[in-house]
Amino acid sequence: MNGAALKDATLCAAVAAVLFVPVVGLRTAPGPTGPLRIEPHFGIVAVLVGLVLLGRLAIIAWQARRRPTAAETPRRVARVMARSGRYVAPALLALAVLLPFLPGTGRYELDLGILVLTYVMLGWGLNIVVGLAGLLDLGYVAFYAVGAYAYALLAQEFGLSFWVCLPLSGLIAGMWGVLLGFPVLRLRGDYLAIVTLGFGEIIRIVLLNWTNLTNGPNGIGGIPRPSFFGLPFSSGGEPGSFAHFFGIEPSPVQRVIFLYYLILALALLTNWVSIRLRRQPLGRAWEALREDEIAARALGINVRNTKLTAFALGATFGGFAGAFFATRQGFISPESFTFSESAIILAIVVLGGLGSQLGIAISALVMIGGFELFRGLDEWRMLVFGMAMVVIMVVKPRGLVGDRTPTIALGTRKAIGGGLVGQGQG
Amino acid sequence: MTQGTRLVVDAVTMRFGGLTAVDGVSFTAEPGDITAVIGPNGAGKTTLFNCITGFYRASSGRIMLGETALHRLPGHRIALAGVARTFQNIRLFGGMTCLENLLVAQHRRLMAASWFGIGAVLGLSRYPAAEREAVERARAWLEATDLLDRADDAAGSLPYGAQRRLEIARAMCTGPRLLCLDEPAAGLNPRESAALSQLVRAIRDGTAAGADPCSVLLIEHDMGVVMGISDKIVVLDHGARIAMGTPAEIRADPNVIAAYLGEDEPA
Repeated sequence: MNGAALKDATLCAAVAAVLFVPVVGLRTAPGPTGPLRIEPHFGIVAVLVGLVLLGRLAIIAWQARRRPTAAETPRRVARVMARSGRYVAPALLALAVLLPFLPGTGRYELDLGILVLTYVMLGWGLNIVVGLAGLLDLGYVAFYAVGAYAYALLAQEFGLSFWVCLPLSGLIAGMWGVLLGFPVLRLRGDYLAIVTLGFGEIIRIVLLNWTNLTNGPNGIGGIPRPSFFGLPFSSGGEPGSFAHFFGIEPSPVQRVIFLYYLILALALLTNWVSIRLRRQPLGRAWEALREDEIAARALGINVRNTKLTAFALGATFGGFAGAFFATRQGFISPESFTFSESAIILAIVVLGGLGSQLGIAISALVMIGGFELFRGLDEWRMLVFGMAMVVIMVVKPRGLVGDRTPTIALGTRKAIGGGLVGQGQG
Repeated sequence: MTQGTRLVVDAVTMRFGGLTAVDGVSFTAEPGDITAVIGPNGAGKTTLFNCITGFYRASSGRIMLGETALHRLPGHRIALAGVARTFQNIRLFGGMTCLENLLVAQHRRLMAASWFGIGAVLGLSRYPAAEREAVERARAWLEATDLLDRADDAAGSLPYGAQRRLEIARAMCTGPRLLCLDEPAAGLNPRESAALSQLVRAIRDGTAAGADPCSVLLIEHDMGVVMGISDKIVVLDHGARIAMGTPAEIRADPNVIAAYLGEDEPA
């Protein structure tokens, strides 16, 4: 422990004090006569600042002790991680498939599972655009919204069944992806990000104001629920319903379990298509564009069309997820498709590791599931959540799974360190 | 076996605003030749190169490869017409392995075989054979460039000289009729330069990796390399062609000596 460490820790404590005094130290509370007054809570602030000071000192001490073996430890850890990593994906998949039948799984767990899987699917869909093709898309939720509204309107206006509407919703969302992509994909980096951000907002505002079609801010209610290939789920158990056909007791959980497996299947479809495409010339071209667009063009790759395919495919999966969202909720309104949704999906992709299917699944589980887990913390939830994100980004700046696995090898596939992998300039 | 195709550069001019970087340059690169473009810094060599490879559109003039008018094609079509290039500052796909780099170069062929991706996703039978063939071609080029043992390493992790060779291998995997090399010997040590000269000769003669003979167009500052391997040299200065001929003629040309070789080391 030396002067430099003490100075560093004091500086951290000072920053913490500046942050915590207004956030934690001053609170409003109703006074005895009625009007609000400010209550000081400087005791808590002192404790927090003290914790930051000691924590910083502990980190510095730990780093100083670790330094001599710094080169060796991560490699050992990495080897253990790589060995165990092989079993993580199958274990997660098994858990996902068996969840409805595990003891202790109730309505709440299933609903949470559906929510997590929806975001896993959205993350995988956006991963095609951001992770593989390197196009920073801040308006992904627009395609989610297009899919949801396409399903709601098709199902209500034309009475089409879920299984007809689902592919149509994906198709319509993909079409919008092409429509948007055509003019904007010549932009790169920050410019592309801003235009996609704007597109996301435009779609939401159109949905809000085109009252004839979308019913504006009131949203669309009474969206038909999905049937089990023509057998509706109903609580009465009348002839022709799911429960009657299979001769089982009707229960509302049946529909939830069906929805759970539906989104699981959709998510796995997204995963399967992404994994397959990555090993195909098209997927390699996406990654080549992310690495170096100019070199890709010199090799005869049509840059615009290749980007468009990535954009359209990502949008299609967003549309599928939107259709699922609409049929699950039974009600949609523009409120569900704000920018913060896009930000969450992008955060899932970035925290998971650009381009990594497993990383994105884990990060969706952590972000969406973890967020629910901390529900007991009330207003502290956001703080814990933000802190967790910062910690992940400090410890693993390339995301939970930052390495890239080659798509083909003459010998054995060796993971490529995240530092070498490009992130794309749009 | 094709004997390569003639490249005709006819009165090409490239202006950037008021600056004329290339001023009415004409030459032909004969099939089966190594043609070098040399000149002092800022002579317009790379600009001319970028016009030929479709990165710039020439302000006026014609560039013909055989019957194909290169100056009318959009950027990515140039490669399909049979022109491959490397870059002065290496542009590899750093996060992809050497093998993947060479497979990306065979994109068009594989895309056609995979029905533009759709057939390949569904696992149709024509694609795996096409991919095996592409991997074999890549393996042959990795062997020719002495990179076979690094095939599964990230391109970005290779040493500098190996990255230069990989870039040439990648360009050749597109199956070109004309290979354009932009300062391939820059930053190489003498031993690596000698190996490079041999590789370029093998590419011209069609003895490398079982590929067809391929004409080579070369920008180079290393006079040892240029004089050693070129069949014909074009000298540019201030955007204009000041001399053209065999290495021996160029060495003796007073204009060239005045403009360029005079101050330089005798080659």
